[in-house]
Amino acid sequence: MRISETGLGAPVRFRFDGVEYTGRAGDTVASALLASGVRLMGRSFKYHRPRGPLSAGSEEPNALVTVGKGAGSEPNIRATVQEIYEGLEVRSQSAWPSLQFDVMAVNDLAAPFLGAGFYYKTFMWPKAFWEKLYEPIIRRAAGLGRLSGEHNPDTYDRAFAFCDLLVVGAGPSGLMAATVAAEAGLDVIMCDEDSHMGGRLLAEVDEIDGMAGAEWARAQAARLAKLPNVRLMTRTTVTGAYDGGVFGALERVTHHVPRSTAPLECFWRIAAKRTVLCAGAIERPIAFENNDRPGIMTAGAVRAYLNRWGVKPAKTVAVFGNNDNAHRTARDLHAAGVLVVALVDSRPDAEVGDVPYPVYLGAEVCNTVGRSGLTSIKIRKNGKITHLAAECLAISGGWNPTVHLTCHMNGRPAWREDIAAFVPTPDTVPNLEAAGACNGAFSTTACLVEGAAAATRVVEALGAKVGDVALPVAEDAPYRISPLWAVTGKGRAWLDFQNDVSVKDIKQAAVENFRSVEHMKRYTTQGMATDQGKNSNVGALAVLADSTGRGIPETGTTTFRPPYSPVAIAAMGGAAQGKGFAPERHTTSHKQSLEMSAPMIEAGLWYRPSYFPQTGESTWRQSCDREVGYVRKAVGVCDVSTLGKIDIQGPDAAKLLDLVYTNMFSTLKEGRVRYGLMLREDGYVMDDGTCARLGPQHYVMTTTTAAAGEVMRHLEFVTQALHPEWSVAFTSVTEQWAQFAVAGPKSRELVNGIVDAEIDNENWPFMACGEVDVLGVAGRLFRISFSGEHAYEVAVPARYGAALFSALVERAEAMQGGAYGMEALNVLRIEKGHITHAEIHGRVTAYDIGMERMISAKKDCIGKVLSQREGLVETTRERMVGLRPVGVVKQLSAGAHVFDVDADYVHANDKGYITSVCYSPEVGSMIALGFVKNGLDRIGERMIVRDHVRDLTVEVEVCSPIFVDGDGGRVRG
Amino acid sequence: MEGACVDKLTQTTPCAGLLPLHIGALTVAEANVGPVASVTPFSSPPKAAFKNALGLPFPAPNQFTSNGDVRCIWVGQGEAFLIGVAPKPALGKHAAVVDQSDAWAFVTLSGAGGADALARLVPVDMRLSAFGVGATARTQLGHMNASITRIDEDSYLIAAFRSMAGTLVHDLRTALEAVAARG
Repeated sequence: MRISETGLGAPVRFRFDGVEYTGRAGDTVASALLASGVRLMGRSFKYHRPRGPLSAGSEEPNALVTVGKGAGSEPNIRATVQEIYEGLEVRSQSAWPSLQFDVMAVNDLAAPFLGAGFYYKTFMWPKAFWEKLYEPIIRRAAGLGRLSGEHNPDTYDRAFAFCDLLVVGAGPSGLMAATVAAEAGLDVIMCDEDSHMGGRLLAEVDEIDGMAGAEWARAQAARLAKLPNVRLMTRTTVTGAYDGGVFGALERVTHHVPRSTAPLECFWRIAAKRTVLCAGAIERPIAFENNDRPGIMTAGAVRAYLNRWGVKPAKTVAVFGNNDNAHRTARDLHAAGVLVVALVDSRPDAEVGDVPYPVYLGAEVCNTVGRSGLTSIKIRKNGKITHLAAECLAISGGWNPTVHLTCHMNGRPAWREDIAAFVPTPDTVPNLEAAGACNGAFSTTACLVEGAAAATRVVEALGAKVGDVALPVAEDAPYRISPLWAVTGKGRAWLDFQNDVSVKDIKQAAVENFRSVEHMKRYTTQGMATDQGKNSNVGALAVLADSTGRGIPETGTTTFRPPYSPVAIAAMGGAAQGKGFAPERHTTSHKQSLEMSAPMIEAGLWYRPSYFPQTGESTWRQSCDREVGYVRKAVGVCDVSTLGKIDIQGPDAAKLLDLVYTNMFSTLKEGRVRYGLMLREDGYVMDDGTCARLGPQHYVMTTTTAAAGEVMRHLEFVTQALHPEWSVAFTSVTEQWAQFAVAGPKSRELVNGIVDAEIDNENWPFMACGEVDVLGVAGRLFRISFSGEHAYEVAVPARYGAALFSALVERAEAMQGGAYGMEALNVLRIEKGHITHAEIHGRVTAYDIGMERMISAKKDCIGKVLSQREGLVETTRERMVGLRPVGVVKQLSAGAHVFDVDADYVHANDKGYITSVCYSPEVGSMIALGFVKNGLDRIGERMIVRDHVRDLTVEVEVCSPIFVDGDGGRVRG
Repeated sequence: MEGACVDKLTQTTPCAGLLPLHIGALTVAEANVGPVASVTPFSSPPKAAFKNALGLPFPAPNQFTSNGDVRCIWVGQGEAFLIGVAPKPALGKHAAVVDQSDAWAFVTLSGAGGADALARLVPVDMRLSAFGVGATARTQLGHMNASITRIDEDSYLIAAFRSMAGTLVHDLRTALEAVAARG
């Protein structure tokens, strides 16, 4: 029912649980349903008790609904926040088969077995039943709402914003703060979680400057909207306070309109020089038996439905509170023509004044009747019970300042006895000040004054001048309250409506010695639902304090962490999903590789071709074996641009190389390349690569693809922190050069066909390098080999990369060779015992990989000292070896472990592990590289490889890690 | 070699086939900036000789210097990019000069609302009030390392790794669409 049918927004049709209703533009689902006489909107989590909305705001614990159908459906939306639009579909949750008749309500009968910590005491026997029977059943019965299980089709946005002053909340305090700051010329952002600015003013009838508070708020906001230095953000909840003046905020961009491709939400990161918190206060209920029936709402919520949305909650309303503020509900209802059957105030000395409805002072509501909707209440005064018919009960236990953001950086609020509430402790968030109701100032005048004062301090702190802003005239009623947390009674009195936690549960926790508020919270789950205890924290704390004989301040509070209200992970991810999740790095040969049908693998962010299938090939192995054959017998071409390339120049460049590499580089001649090993400071291998000397003070260092960034950072550390006096400069040129391996017995022939110089074994021996003209372009040539064959790497500026790859492949194919991918590259290097980060995985030393002699005795290098620790050079360490299958089973797998023959395959007998495997066409079987204890002394011995995950047991022979071309003659030919 | 094999290499630009983008009031286009060289002065270069060889004053952090189409943009501690002209050989005496002409994808973002689009991707205030003409930042664009320079009141010059050109265009497109959706 509405107070009046005139002055309402346009009609809007929506569906709730399949039934069509008509609300008005501006309604929330809750206000529209209440206006249609619907009070039952949900079922509670544990006991499936019928519930209606308790509130009119984002703190709502009961009326949680699922919006939408199919892939885009979203659960746990508060009916009090979701604005209606034409065609909106909303469903209740947590009830089956229907809201009206929910079979899970049988839980309510089992309540004595389902109290606090029940799962520690029941469902314990038999043990096996827990995992297979009890837990699945409990899980299916539990949960608030369900996800669709399908991919989320909605778009989300994320953005950064910057300002001088962030005002959180646009009630009277916030509007004043923003106005003062804006008039002083500050760059202001004001956020409010509601669809309109105004805060509590939208729900009350009190006047400001002679006009309705809501009208004043509208006019203030309109003025602010015109200023170029103000950004107003409605439907935006500031969700968290973080370091450095950064705040997270969730903007609900299009929840209030039909779905489209526009972003549904935007997650903001706002960097503010200063912040004024004007987050208002949330009303708290009172605990008494059956205080959770549909139709029981907070007194302030009843006023909001009445004054903001014109909704009469019922024909007959009772009001019950412990403070003066609650009286306004009776006053406003009566003025709107609603029958107020009783105003019950727990304080015997409360001042109500002369009112035309029954008043009960020093009385309490002690019980209610009406399972699927309130029908009557029981009032107890001086031991006498009065029954009264009422379809709505407005309750008020007082107001809790919204302190949450001030606790996000480990602060705790302070208790104020006079308002029986927690208020923010100053300076718990740097450069943030609280003002107004969230600071414990509850009259409108006090809010306006505090907002203006806080903003004035900000303006002065930032060196600007405060303009002339008049303070409006508003009500200034004192806040009078006498604490009442729980009404004595036998039955369950609800505190946490979301998790179905009652006064009894809190007392039980105390009896079982869970006396700390942190323990009580986890043991009872009070405050652990999506409302984060907004409606129950203080009440539960008071009950616990009472049960343990302490005051509220001593009992303390749990802390608050972001987010203030739930944030979809999709919103925090924004566009960083799908293709947006991570950058893709493509080489210059990427397009052609795709055209050649090469499947791609990811090497870090790089995409690299796995193999290049040809017609007639049905498995990757066929392609791989063929490509290995290209390199061993003819010539193969592979894009190796992804390896890190660092250009190093300067008078002290050689000193830098000598310090970071284990071996000597200052002796490297111009026009030559050398293989180098790099250690971490702790003596373990960091990376390996080659370094070429192109000029007197000019080097190009290569790194592995995986470690490029790490090595770059390492060089920065060395030159900035260890030797800032050195004259050396370096920069990455990984992207500047497209680089291709040309490998195989015919590689020289191919290279001679594309470079201007005439290459032979004398003028361009193994490990030579230099500048060459490549098909008309200034390029570089390196005679180095990862495959173990006679090989080169050709580099040209990246703009020519695509064309060069095409030219190389064409020429190779004319020589019975062709392109080869990562699978073949890996086979080739394993056959030669060449390491990658599969072997140098961070826990391996130079000694382990047989390269201890590469640590030069003639100079220092990073890692040298710690690499000499006894434990790092023991002969019993796991040393790198090769492994060959010699039994019936020929399959080897990376990650498998190595054992002595006849040993049990358990941890205590572990002798090592396999790091890399492949099928070797040349050897004719699978081969592996791995690390085995005492490995080099066990060459020729039989051992067992056991893979528990793949259930493989393989007899192997320990052998040299060099399976092909043992003396390394091919590279020098 | 036989006539079938190519004997001269053709060029491809980093954003070939991906641009321009026109979404709402904003345009993203590939910028052909000419030669690019990173210039990292060795410790204490002689000032006059260095400036002569560079042709422009070396920029202070978060700034660029320019002369017509030639710019010298600060890109990090002690490093700047010389863009639009090949570096003089004499510069090599005073600084490490490294060709970067092929290493970067350069695009311009122009039109009204560029700062709103970049707000989706860049953790630095890109509004004219905080990032005026002449300002540059070495920062992130989405998950990528980028250099962003305001070259005009409604124009930015953005550089990202060549290999990430596809991602650069993708991320800018998503940001432009998000801004356009707000109307």
